[in-house]
Amino acid sequence: MTAQMRPAMAVCPGCVAASTEAVETAPTEARLALSLPTIHCQACISKVERGLNAHPGIHSARVNLTLKRALIEADPEVRADDLIPVLADLGFEAHELDLATLAATQSDRAGRDLLMRLAVAGFASMNVMLLSVSVWSGASDATRDMFHWISAAIAFPAVIFAGKPFFTNAWSALRVGRLNMDVPIVLALVLALVTSLWETSLSGDHAYFDAALTLTFFLLAGRYLDYRTRAVARSAAEELAALEVPRAIRMEDDTEVEVPVADLAYGDLILVRPGGRMPVDGVIATGESELDRSLLTGETLPVFAAPGTQVSAGEVNLTGPLVVRAEAVGEDTSLHRMADLVAIAESGRSRYTSLADSAAKLYAPGVHILSALAFVGWYLYTFDLRMALNIAAAVLIITCPCALGLAVPAVTTAASGRLFKKGMLIKHSTALERLAGVDTVVFDKTGTLTTGTPQLENLEVFTRAELEIALALAEGSSHPLSRALTAAARTAGIAPTDVTDLQERPGFGTQGQYMGRTVRLGRAAWLGADQGSQTAAWLDTGEGAAPRGFLFHDALRPGAAEAVAQLHAAGKEVLLISGDTTAAVEDLAQRLGIQKWLAEALPEDKAERIQSLSDRGHKVLMVGDGLNDTAALTAAHVSISPASALDAARVASDIVLLGQDLEPIAEACIVANKATKRIRENFRIATLYNVIAVPLAIAGFATPLIAALAMSSSSITVSLNALRLK
Amino acid sequence: MSVLAYLIPISLLLGGGALAAFVYTVRSNQYDDPEGDSRRILSDEWDDQPKP
Repeated sequence: MTAQMRPAMAVCPGCVAASTEAVETAPTEARLALSLPTIHCQACISKVERGLNAHPGIHSARVNLTLKRALIEADPEVRADDLIPVLADLGFEAHELDLATLAATQSDRAGRDLLMRLAVAGFASMNVMLLSVSVWSGASDATRDMFHWISAAIAFPAVIFAGKPFFTNAWSALRVGRLNMDVPIVLALVLALVTSLWETSLSGDHAYFDAALTLTFFLLAGRYLDYRTRAVARSAAEELAALEVPRAIRMEDDTEVEVPVADLAYGDLILVRPGGRMPVDGVIATGESELDRSLLTGETLPVFAAPGTQVSAGEVNLTGPLVVRAEAVGEDTSLHRMADLVAIAESGRSRYTSLADSAAKLYAPGVHILSALAFVGWYLYTFDLRMALNIAAAVLIITCPCALGLAVPAVTTAASGRLFKKGMLIKHSTALERLAGVDTVVFDKTGTLTTGTPQLENLEVFTRAELEIALALAEGSSHPLSRALTAAARTAGIAPTDVTDLQERPGFGTQGQYMGRTVRLGRAAWLGADQGSQTAAWLDTGEGAAPRGFLFHDALRPGAAEAVAQLHAAGKEVLLISGDTTAAVEDLAQRLGIQKWLAEALPEDKAERIQSLSDRGHKVLMVGDGLNDTAALTAAHVSISPASALDAARVASDIVLLGQDLEPIAEACIVANKATKRIRENFRIATLYNVIAVPLAIAGFATPLIAALAMSSSSITVSLNALRLK
Repeated sequence: MSVLAYLIPISLLLGGGALAAFVYTVRSNQYDDPEGDSRRILSDEWDDQPKP
């Protein structure tokens, strides 16, 4: 970040010279970014920076503790993979971040721009307020006129600069013949400045320069809060996306070349190692393995894969290395075809109008009519243009949506901050409001309510001798079932027996020699057993007996049971819709006490089900992680996905759960309810102020002092009310 | 009241100075890592000479 903005630092000539040098040498340098989730203190900063700077090829490394990131400038041959072990030795967990994805966060120009305008408005309003206070406390004649002229000299340029966001917004709305919140704001600003200038030139009593500036200041503060909340959520979401560095290994004349996924072409041979995710759609050319399709379909049972098997982008390779011939890349992959389904769901989604928008719709025409009536009324009554114009300006300033502009952003900032601490990221600006109305919660199974990691169920039905053989076989494999078996057996205090000639048959299982017999652990088909509906690994002890199955179930995600129980307690209806088999879904539904469930649902079914629920007037919250959930996530009133979800699912959802725990979901609903209540309260407070102040303004009793008091006190009350949420 | 002729320009200059200082801090990325900067001051690593 620092390096990128350097050229702007024209204040120090030395730095400019240094930065041009850096730009010239740029082609020989690689910039890397690492995410360091565990750093927390100054000792960590020095340790990481010292460790990285000592690494050969690194020019400079700087840690950003706020973002928990390290930015590194290094020789092009230095790769993030080389640095992760270095940091692991120092005791820090590190992940590579994709800099291209982060680029948007880095040049946070809009935020700086708003902050600068806010500062100018704040500075100008303070100075003008000082001058105005002396006018209110009795300055008269030449002194008052001089103070007014100085105020005008400060106010005009300041409002023109600081109010630019309102001017552009109002213009873009007016151009298409619509009214938004910015139109009355701009009208109030312009009218206040022009009438005040006119008054000043006639050495009148009342000038509204201070009001115009405080108005700009308060409204910009609202805008800035709003922007900050969304920027924080966006940068965290981008960081999640940047963690998935899209690379693939292409086979070129028997050498393995690491290339970005975007460079893959039709017909390329791509090596996918065990544990790797398919980058493209294609056909397996060589290798045998098992595939985990749970992110695409919700099935937990791994599928056997051999040459000729079709694979889709997003599937995970489990046991053996596979070489895949690409048949569809980039935009054509099934991953992207799913986007069409999402687009359909999006068009069906009832457009939600935020509370602020519906308030603006009532408010904007009302203000204009009121001030126009005041102007016409007073003009017809007195035939004094100057007085009528003054009163119209006073009405506009007093009704100006100062508190309204703060009412929503102040509350959402407080609520989002609180939820962020609980590990929830509010991505969409109206997500909280929508979450508040939810009465039905739909969960996906695999990867959402369950972690997607298997857990052994029936350890106790095996004899110790069998378990010792099974453990010896399982330790030779990195298959998720083998790992689960190993973990379970180890905790039960089993030690592996001596199995020789251990070899893994990718896609089938492991086999070895034990006391002259061949022992095998693997898929049902390989051992001639009958694969039931449950995930299982089969053991053949070579004694001629039929192979016996180790049964696994999916481990519950922490907090899943609590979240479901709390949602039930809050009177919400909970549904489970999954693409997995009926038996697996029924089992989970019973464990969690969910009465309504639907199994073997296709992505279309999920979206349709949610649509029909919405048609019956339910407000549906969808919680899902898989690619098969994206359409449903989009179709739902509001949606949540865990951070472990595929990028596509995270993009489609309004809220992202950063931690493993599901429990915050129930709490989020409560916070959302409270937040919406506060927003409504704030609207009522703002209206109350208007009800008191507007008659005064129309009757012609409003002085700049009253306007300033009404405006500041309503803004401050509204902000304080929002802070009660914390 | 002639004191106003000095006081008003002085107050404007002081305020303007503060504004300029703020603009400088924004432009030189001093709000990028508030947490890290507040911790770095506790480290004694570059106490003897500035970081090259």
